[in-house]
Amino acid sequence: MVKADLTEMLCKHPFVGELHDPHLKLLVGCAKNVHFRDGEYLCHEGEAADLFFLIRSGRVAIEIHAGHKGKRRIQTIGPGEVLGWSWLIFPYRWHFDGCAVSEVSAMALDGKCLRNKCDKDHDFGYEMLKRLANVFQSRMEATRLQLLDVYGTR
Amino acid sequence: MKHIALAEADRLVDPMIPQMMSIKKTVWETDDTFTLQLENAVYADPGYSFSPGQFNMLYVFGMGESAISISSDPAKPGVLQHTIHRVGTVTNILSQMKRGDIIGLRGPFGSRWPIEKANGLDVCIVAGGIGLAPLRPVVYSLFRRRRDYGRVLLLYGARSPLDLLYRVELEEWGKLYDVEVLVTVDRSDSTWKGYIGVVPNLLSYIKLDARATIAMVCGPEVMMQYTIAEILRRGVPPEQVYLSMERNMKCAVGFCGHCQYGPKFICKDGPVFALTQIADLFEKKEI
Amino acid sequence: MFIIQPKDFDTLISALKTRSYLVIGPKVRDNAVIYDEIDVAADLPIGLTDEQDNSRYRLKRSAGGLFFDTSVGPYSWKRYLFPSRAKIMSFIKRGKVLELESDGAGQEKRQYAFLGVRPCELSAMALQDRVFMGAQFADRAYSAKRKGAFIVAVNCTRSGGTCFCASMGTGPGATEGYDITLTELVENDRHCFLAEVGSARGTDVMNDVTRTKASAADVQLARNLVAAAKGSMKKSMNVAGLRELLAENVDSAHWEEVSRRCLMCANCTLVCPTCFCSTVEDTTDLSGEHAERWRRWDSCFTMDFAKVTGGNFRPSPRARYRQWITHKLSWWIEQFGTSGCVGCGRCVTWCPVGIDITAEVRALQSSGVHADA
Repeated sequence: MVKADLTEMLCKHPFVGELHDPHLKLLVGCAKNVHFRDGEYLCHEGEAADLFFLIRSGRVAIEIHAGHKGKRRIQTIGPGEVLGWSWLIFPYRWHFDGCAVSEVSAMALDGKCLRNKCDKDHDFGYEMLKRLANVFQSRMEATRLQLLDVYGTR
Repeated sequence: MKHIALAEADRLVDPMIPQMMSIKKTVWETDDTFTLQLENAVYADPGYSFSPGQFNMLYVFGMGESAISISSDPAKPGVLQHTIHRVGTVTNILSQMKRGDIIGLRGPFGSRWPIEKANGLDVCIVAGGIGLAPLRPVVYSLFRRRRDYGRVLLLYGARSPLDLLYRVELEEWGKLYDVEVLVTVDRSDSTWKGYIGVVPNLLSYIKLDARATIAMVCGPEVMMQYTIAEILRRGVPPEQVYLSMERNMKCAVGFCGHCQYGPKFICKDGPVFALTQIADLFEKKEI
Repeated sequence: MFIIQPKDFDTLISALKTRSYLVIGPKVRDNAVIYDEIDVAADLPIGLTDEQDNSRYRLKRSAGGLFFDTSVGPYSWKRYLFPSRAKIMSFIKRGKVLELESDGAGQEKRQYAFLGVRPCELSAMALQDRVFMGAQFADRAYSAKRKGAFIVAVNCTRSGGTCFCASMGTGPGATEGYDITLTELVENDRHCFLAEVGSARGTDVMNDVTRTKASAADVQLARNLVAAAKGSMKKSMNVAGLRELLAENVDSAHWEEVSRRCLMCANCTLVCPTCFCSTVEDTTDLSGEHAERWRRWDSCFTMDFAKVTGGNFRPSPRARYRQWITHKLSWWIEQFGTSGCVGCGRCVTWCPVGIDITAEVRALQSSGVHADA
């Protein structure tokens, strides 16, 4: 993948938004283009969260093992959204399984590498945290609405 | 059953008096929602004229009335359908009625979806749960003159995959009529491969030519609030956003006062409103 | 214009009865002046006056033998035009066949003559006309009763303790909407009624009443008495900008404060002459072949008023009090072109905890948010 294409692809993703060099270059340096087939897993609960994904097309379902209820899919992450934030939050482990429920193309970012860069360059760290905060907020709002069970009649 | 053929002029038009309709067909859409097809019990094939967005008061002998949106194709007056969520006494009895049983019908009442305003624009229809029922007549109307409109998007969500309405039609619409259909559920089962999440989220997955888009939204009020907030955030002008409201309805003609939403009577000023008509009250609590 | 002597008042009542009107007028029952069938002038609350205040109503004897010295009581004329319970439809079911049996209109055999309608009540009837005889839908039973009702209005020559019709522009003198209007004249030893005719059928009835011509001085006295009543109102409401003020103060902390006092008893809506909310009850008999639909008064103060399956849009008392006052004084204007309040003061008199709509408005006016603030 040509660096220029990767840069363009990254800039188009809402997570990246207005990011400039040298921070943009840092990100590009840690990014690569990936594809997943329907049914493939992008991550497993408990594993080291060394990667995170910017979804470009397709859907990834967040799966949680709910004891006797078995495996439950509780949310899907779609185009323009972000899968994974534990790369920046101790203990840096995935909290769920991520399963592609369609063909998925995404950009995988080396979270371990970026984590170190955040520690060294706090300005870059701030840019990353700002963006993650947005992800938390919209995910939280969506989850709250899901919890409201608006279609329930009781 | 005796049928009488009568001239248009002789038909009852008093909005307080029900017409007698007989049940032609009941189709179960989910385990608690069914579509009732009615025909006139007294007059032979008179057809029934209504506009998308309007509703009828369906009367069960001795039990009461229920306000139900009309969910069929306005261009097919011989096919009159209501998609009903079985939740209370009246709707429960309606769900158990058999072909040939007779109920009362008053209507059509209420304001309409402004389909003519969509000419030349992209149309974004957003529905939650049973909210798809009053929007289905819009979908049919758009198809009839598909070239008059730009993109047609249908964003739809329900509680779970088993609660999705009109599943077969949803697929057809996507294929046959150049409609972009996105479906999501609040909670999934193990077989569902579509989106899992709330309806407002579906808006993040589509591009919008915001200024050239007209939005029509119907569903639970809190779902509409979040959806409309997102639609406005994306730049769709408030004058191009329409929604359908719901309140307790007893008379449907503006006398009983129950359906008031601020100064608006949902039964006669609504149920379809332009956002600009109710913007001051929309975010307020307990109006 | 004419003068009717008290001893000849019965000729007015007879004139109405011979024309087959059912005469309804003020009468004392349970220590209050209510509206009921009147046979003769002696049925009226002669020689009585009332003392009204926030949550207070007392009838008292007074000298002078006046006929109409009491102000409005707990009943309003909506009791007859828009009855608290009415059968609006009935159905028959035989086997599968369902038929309409009757539609509720045309049940009234006789027309009413309302005797003693105060100017605020004339306005109240006109307001309910806008509700029930609107551009889009009209209630046939209401229309029939309303059009057939003969109205003998009575101007107020004494303002009641809770009246504020002057603020609302609805009294204390009648300007239109009556067939005959009376003003009770009292001057030294003189006691009589000035009668003005307001319609053709009023003229017709008047022809059978024992009367003499009124003098200019009589007319002036009547005007003076009404003006004195207007000038002596104890309560007032400043309606300037009220529509906007209420619409903008939906979130005011004031509503929480009122709701701590309000019992949600719905008295105010029951006595209010313009409140029109109703509910519908469907019943069937034991045979299962006969069903009826009844309409009865309802109130936005009740817990169930805004209930729908799966929830309630307006459960809190705070929101329900707000709904009543905001509808009455603000949203009514958008709906029907005028305020819904006629300043009769009934809600103030009959509220068990003495909540005063004029005081609530004043409180909001001093604390409320204004558009240009």
